[in-house]
Amino acid sequence: MTTAAQQTRVRPRRSWTPSQIVLTLLGTAVSVVFLAPLAWALFTSWKSETEAVEVPTHWLPKEWTGQAWTAIFETGNITNWFVNSLVVSVCVTAIVLVTSALAGYGFARTEFRGKNVLLGVVMAGLMVSPAVLGVPLFTTVQQMGMVDTYWGMILPQCAPAAMVYILYKFFQGVPRELEEAAFIDGAGRWRVFLTIIVPLSRPSLAAVGIFTFISSWNNFLWPYMVTNNPDLMTMPNGIATVMNSYGIQWAQLMAGGLMAGLPLIIVFVFFQRQIVAGVAHTGLAGQ
Amino acid sequence: MTTTSAETVIRPARAKTAAGSPAVRRGQGFQHGVWFTAPFLVLFALFVIWPLLRGLYLSLTDANISGDGTSFIGLDNYTEALDDPLVWESLGHSAYFTLLVVPCITVLAFLLAMLAHHIERGKWLWRLCFFMPFLLPSTVAANLWQWLFNPGTGMINHVFGLETPWLTDKSYAMPAIVITTLWWTVGFSFLLYLAALQGIPAHLYEAAELDGANAWHRVVHITLPMLRHVTGLVVALQILASLQVFDQAVVIQDFGPGPEGSTRTFVQYTLEQGFTSYRVGYASAVSIIFFVIIAAVALARMWLLRNREEGVR
Repeated sequence: MTTAAQQTRVRPRRSWTPSQIVLTLLGTAVSVVFLAPLAWALFTSWKSETEAVEVPTHWLPKEWTGQAWTAIFETGNITNWFVNSLVVSVCVTAIVLVTSALAGYGFARTEFRGKNVLLGVVMAGLMVSPAVLGVPLFTTVQQMGMVDTYWGMILPQCAPAAMVYILYKFFQGVPRELEEAAFIDGAGRWRVFLTIIVPLSRPSLAAVGIFTFISSWNNFLWPYMVTNNPDLMTMPNGIATVMNSYGIQWAQLMAGGLMAGLPLIIVFVFFQRQIVAGVAHTGLAGQ
Repeated sequence: MTTTSAETVIRPARAKTAAGSPAVRRGQGFQHGVWFTAPFLVLFALFVIWPLLRGLYLSLTDANISGDGTSFIGLDNYTEALDDPLVWESLGHSAYFTLLVVPCITVLAFLLAMLAHHIERGKWLWRLCFFMPFLLPSTVAANLWQWLFNPGTGMINHVFGLETPWLTDKSYAMPAIVITTLWWTVGFSFLLYLAALQGIPAHLYEAAELDGANAWHRVVHITLPMLRHVTGLVVALQILASLQVFDQAVVIQDFGPGPEGSTRTFVQYTLEQGFTSYRVGYASAVSIIFFVIIAAVALARMWLLRNREEGVR
């Protein structure tokens, strides 16, 4: 069994032709350029603060010390920020998945008065983002009394027209015969949606979920606008504002940055295939 | 073209359900449709439509952040904005950033995708390397490059033997942000290109090879034309995202406007007006102008796409 699998995996590989050698060397060189900044951050985080700013600068720490890492856990609120990031991203992802799957299906497969007008309005919403309408969005959230709250951070991130559009496109492609067979058997809309549509669209839903999680985990602008309470900040936000405020401690800043980036990188290493498919899928759906 | 085909697909199906089921079904359909879309539409109305309308209203007032003593002042904010040199300057900075980023990212993403697509071994490794920076939060990427660009202790000047004052000189400050952005976001467009490359049917290349086309000809006459669609998508997405640049630019400059205000972007200016000067009315007017610009770009793309489709078919 194992040998058979290995054989099938080995067979398509060709030998080292000169062009493959050149391409692989080129690929390695480019990868080194891409990874060097991250390696630099990692090495800096293991230096002492004084060594980090030493001139001339050098890659490897002369003296490896975990001082920056212990410092961020002892003095800062980085664990708070981590938990906040997790709460916000998980809630945003869950809400977006449920609401945009329902809406995508509603727009693709049910008929109701005013549907096309509403769909047009949602499409127009693709052009609105916190970057474009930050100040009015902030005053709206202020009016609702949600400044400096979890809900204030979460809910405004939960109306992405793009995700509805992607799922709408996908549901349109699901053969109607599948649904109609179930209708004849007496199943209602909701049952059809839950037992036929949702299982069929798992890859699309995974793509939307992954993409929403990445953008929510990394979102800086909206949490930055809606809270300046260090206890409520998310990772990107806390690192950029609090850790940058009183004389930057570079080793600690790099350690904190890696803490913010590592969860997604680890997830990516394990779920690479799904994430790549997801990003390509969500992106390409924009066509 | 698209609408007619959609209609022909939908109409027979509609006719079937209408004929196969009594009018009661239709009434049910109405209710179901509303309930399916309602949760999203409520959030959408509260956090997209309402802020847009509110922004329009506020832009006609002299509102401040506390909301007290607001009075209607007509189009005064708009006339002021059109005369405000900082509006034009910051718009120019965002446009300059866009002009630098979009071509670079498109070409780089294409080249990286070609590389990763054609190396036969370790595909997952190349994908990982080129895409990884995209997984970092914008602020972390910006802090990292702020540190790399540091003239004394940073690695860039050290490795290349330069003494460039990257972040403190007017002419280098924006290119530094562009380099940061390239490294951080090229992975996304790279994946789009890679997916598109994998979708090109192999028989096209085989046929060309039989006809004696060399590698260069195959790229120019097969790969590039087959990638036209995804290139349009990458360019459009990048233009829209780049015009809205904010995170990297402020973090790398410690939340300031950069040397001689040279990296103050349009988004940054609206937030400065709203949250630093507390001029919510004026900030809303500037935001609405920005919204019109973004919408114009998006509509221009849709118009171009429609023309192209008509031309092809």
